Parts: sequence; structure tokens; C-alpha cells
Amino acid sequence: MLENYIIHIAILICIYTIFSVSYNVALGYTGLITLAHVALYGIGAYTSALLTRAGYPFISGILLAGVVAAIFGFFLVYTTRKLKGDYLAMATLGFAFVAYSIEINWTGLTRGALGLPGIVKPALFGFRIGSNVEMLLFVFIVAVISIAIMWRIVRSGFGRLMEATRDDETGVEVLGKNAFAIKAKAMMISAFFAGIAGSLFAHYISYIDPGTFYLTEIILLLTIVIVGGAASMRGSIIGAVLVVVVGDVLRLFDLPSVLIGPSRHIIYAVLLLCVLLYRPRGILGRVDLI
Amino acid sequence: MLIKNVFKRFGGVKALQGCSLEIEKGKITALIGPNGSGKSTLFNAISALITKDRGKIELEGEDISRMVGYKIAKKGISRTFQEVRLFKHLTIRDHLQIAISDDESLIKSFLVFDGISDKRIQEVLDRVHLDKPLGTFVTDLSYGQRKLLDLAIAIAKPHTLLMLDEPVAGVNPRLRKVIKEVLVRLSKEGETLLIIEHDMNFVMDLADVVYVLDEGRVIAHGKPKTIQKNKKVLDAYLGE
Ligand SMILES: Nc1ncnc2c1ncn2[C@@H]1O[C@H](COP(=O)(O)OP(=O)(O)OP(=O)(O)O)[C@@H](O)[C@H]1O
Ligand SMILES: [Mg+2]
Repeated sequence: MLENYIIHIAILICIYTIFSVSYNVALGYTGLITLAHVALYGIGAYTSALLTRAGYPFISGILLAGVVAAIFGFFLVYTTRKLKGDYLAMATLGFAFVAYSIEINWTGLTRGALGLPGIVKPALFGFRIGSNVEMLLFVFIVAVISIAIMWRIVRSGFGRLMEATRDDETGVEVLGKNAFAIKAKAMMISAFFAGIAGSLFAHYISYIDPGTFYLTEIILLLTIVIVGGAASMRGSIIGAVLVVVVGDVLRLFDLPSVLIGPSRHIIYAVLLLCVLLYRPRGILGRVDLI
Repeated sequence: MLIKNVFKRFGGVKALQGCSLEIEKGKITALIGPNGSGKSTLFNAISALITKDRGKIELEGEDISRMVGYKIAKKGISRTFQEVRLFKHLTIRDHLQIAISDDESLIKSFLVFDGISDKRIQEVLDRVHLDKPLGTFVTDLSYGQRKLLDLAIAIAKPHTLLMLDEPVAGVNPRLRKVIKEVLVRLSKEGETLLIIEHDMNFVMDLADVVYVLDEGRVIAHGKPKTIQKNKKVLDAYLGE
């Protein structure tokens, strides 16, 4: 029982690690103040769930989840290219709201509020994952590969350009670099891995509905990235472990289930506020976002 | 480079009113004028950080008036700002890596590990006499050191024209001399320089040609010696 529970937590940690590190690529490394990351994750989850429900193999589901999310990521940067800071945040929140409305209202595609049940477990090369231990091994491997790729990117010359763009877009342009292209590419990388994480989540939980990706879920992600520290990959990993464990541990107390959701959000909000007040750069952060 | 009849208004402020200049290759051209005469605005118009209302700008015979900022920079214009402008979370090394490399490819930088060598970066720093470890964050530099780094970045970025907005503003006399020597050496090596300077004395023995701006117009240009005696110029400065 406890063992199963720990495996469950570990799987969530792996998924959230990919999710939050990808968020940090956009938010911390490139300074794109976006609140649409949960929407991109949801787009990945829906893409993968719909494809596999239509009979396509899991591998095409998860890869297209990344690709479709990346396309939406590009669309997001393109439409908001003139905005910065708070205005950018508001516009991306609008994007998230539109994504939610589509998920809930396009019932022909998404079944609306009924959600999509019976999403199959991942299968690769004819081998279908059965137990949660296998699932853990699989998400762990995907997480390691994803983080290795993102780590390599932020440490590369391109990563340096992302950070320069965050600090001063005009400065980057004056040095002959196309700041929009840098932001677009960074957002697409970030969105791609959010889509991958969304797909993993859908295939693990096996049921998704629009509420899973509601706007308020961004608080969870912000907490992870800000507590861990902007522009720090290790920070986001630590943040993901911390937030997932704290969030789930509540279930061990005998709280009525109606209280669990709200009290989680209260805990995240308090955590977020404390960090912002007393340690604005988070545990391992290197930069101030604002 | 040719600047023809550039106009720019900010609301009611006529910052540039038909400004025309010709910058000769291999020479030091100085742009002087009282506060608010439109010198920095002209720089911003050239590098397309602001859109001009009218006017044409040619670089080596090519019309760059309608190009976007980063393309103009790629064409060979390197510039500094009046207020030192650096990436606040990056190190000296990062800055020069970005300045020297003209590569912004994601895939290439993903696959290839080496960037610009530290040796090459050190050479640029030596030119401007900035003696600081490459890993130093720019927030840990003094004002003078930041000014030197800013200059080093502009020099290191591939360019055919170097535009400096008040390179010695706010620095001590010793550093002023250092910077002046750097500029003289650049010019000897054949660089084309356009330098904004507030202080007439600084440019007198440095510049080959001086343009004087007042209220967004060129009121005089020529050799420093003749400019110094020009009555209109003296009036503009005294009336400040
Ligand atoms: N972005 C802007 N918005 C509004 N007005 C501006 C802007 N930039 C410049 N101006 C105005 O245009 C005029 C010219 O300014 P500019 O900065 O070009 O002067 P300058 O010659 O560089 O002066 P200084 O020697 O003080 O640096 C000034 O009156 C200034 O207030
Ligand atoms: Mg100025």
C-alpha cells in the first residue's frame, strides 16, 4: 500500500519535473512571463489522448503532443510579440482561458466536461506498460532525456542568447540577433516538453477533463519554479519534489475531500508568498524576474 | 554612410528637423551639440530603435532606412548607448561571446560545444585595458569598468561603422585618456568612427570632421579648427 503510494508520488514527480523545468526555460531563462503553460500541457494531454483513442500508437501520440503544443507555443509568442511583463502575462492568461473554453465547449472533439476516460497506458515497440513500477521506469527515462536536452540547450550559445533576451531585448538586437526568433524558439522548446509532460500525465492517470488544466493550476507551476528558483534547472527539480510531496501528503491526514483541494492551494500560496518576501530568488535561483 | 534629411518628432518635441550628415570611411567623425539637440535620437534613428518620420540612411551605398534593428546591426553598425547597457545577469565572457559570434542557430549550438575561445575574448579586453576575470558578473563592475566593457562589446561585434554615444561621459580623467588612446588606435587601424561628445575640447584633437547639431539640425560641419571659431556654434553652446 505505502509502496504503491510512493511509486505514485515518484511518477508524479517525474512528470512535474519535466513540466516545471520546461516552464523555467520560458519563464526563468527567457523571461517570457507566460501563464499559459498549463494550457500547453493540456493541449499535449488532449492531443495524445485523442490520437490514441482513435487508434494511433502511443509513440505518435506523445511526439505529436509535443509538436502540437510547440505550434501553439509559437502562436502564443507571435500574437503577443509586442507585449511585455504584466501585459504579456494577461494576454497569456487569456490564451489559457480560450484553451479551456475550447476543451469544455467543443464537445464533438473533447466530450466537454465529461472528459476523456480510458486513455491507454503507454506502449512502445509492442510492449505495453502494465504495472506502476514499469510506468515509473518509463517516465523516469523520459524525464532524464527531456531534462538532458533542455539542460544542453540552456548551457549552449543559444541558451546564452535566451538569457540575454530576458535581460534586454534591445541590447540583443543591437548586437545583430533576432530577439523575436530567439523568444519563439525558446517558447517552442518549452511548449514541446510541456506537451510531452501532458501526454505522460494523460496516459498515466488514464482520464482527463478540462478541469485538470484549469487556469488556477498555473499557481502550482509558479510555486515550483519560483520556490526552486528562476533560471535554475536543479531548483525546478527540487521545487517539483517539494510541491508534489507537500501537495499529496495532505491526503494522509483524514481531511474531508472537499477540503483537500482548497487547502493545497492555500499551502502553495503561502509557500509562494514566503519565498517572494524572504528569498525572492528562491532556493537556487540566479535571477530576479521583475 | 549617408544620412539624408532625417525628421523625428516626439509629440510636440521636434527632436530631428532635417538632419543630414556624411560619414567618411576610415575617419573619426564627431557629433557635438548642446543637451537635447537630438544627437542620441539620431543614433536611435540610424539603428532603427525608433522609427523616423522622414529621411533616408545609406550604408555603403545600400539604403537601410526600412530595415529592422537587428538587420541593420548585422549589416555592420556597432553602437553604444549614452547609458551603459549590459545584460544584468550575465558575465563578461557571456557578453563578448554574444558580441563576437554572429551565430544564433539553435541546432548548431546544441550540437557543437565550443564557442569563442577565452583567448580571443581576452584580446578584446586587453585592447580597452579592462583587467577583470572573464567570469565576473557585470553587476560587480564599477561604472568605469562597465563603460570599458560596453566599448569592448561594440568593438568586438563585427562591424564597418562604430558609433559611440558619449564614450567618456562620467569617467575620471585617467580613464578618459585611456579611452581616447583606444579610439586613436582604432582609427589608425582604419576603423570608421562616429562619436557623440558633449565636450568640445575632447573631440578637437581627436576628430577629423566635426558636425554640430542644434535643435535637430546640422548648423555647421568641417575641420575641428574651423568649427571652434564658428560663431553660430559658439552661440549655440553659450545659449545653452
Ligand atoms: N523616447 C523619447 N520620447 C520623447 N521625447 C524624446 C525621446 N527621446 C528623446 N526625446 C526628446 O528629443 C530631444 C532630443 O533628445 P536627445 O536625447 O537626442 O538629445 P541629445 O542631443 O542626445 O542630448 P544629450 O547631450 O543630453 O544626450 C529632447 O528634447 C528629448 O527630450
Ligand atoms: Mg544624448
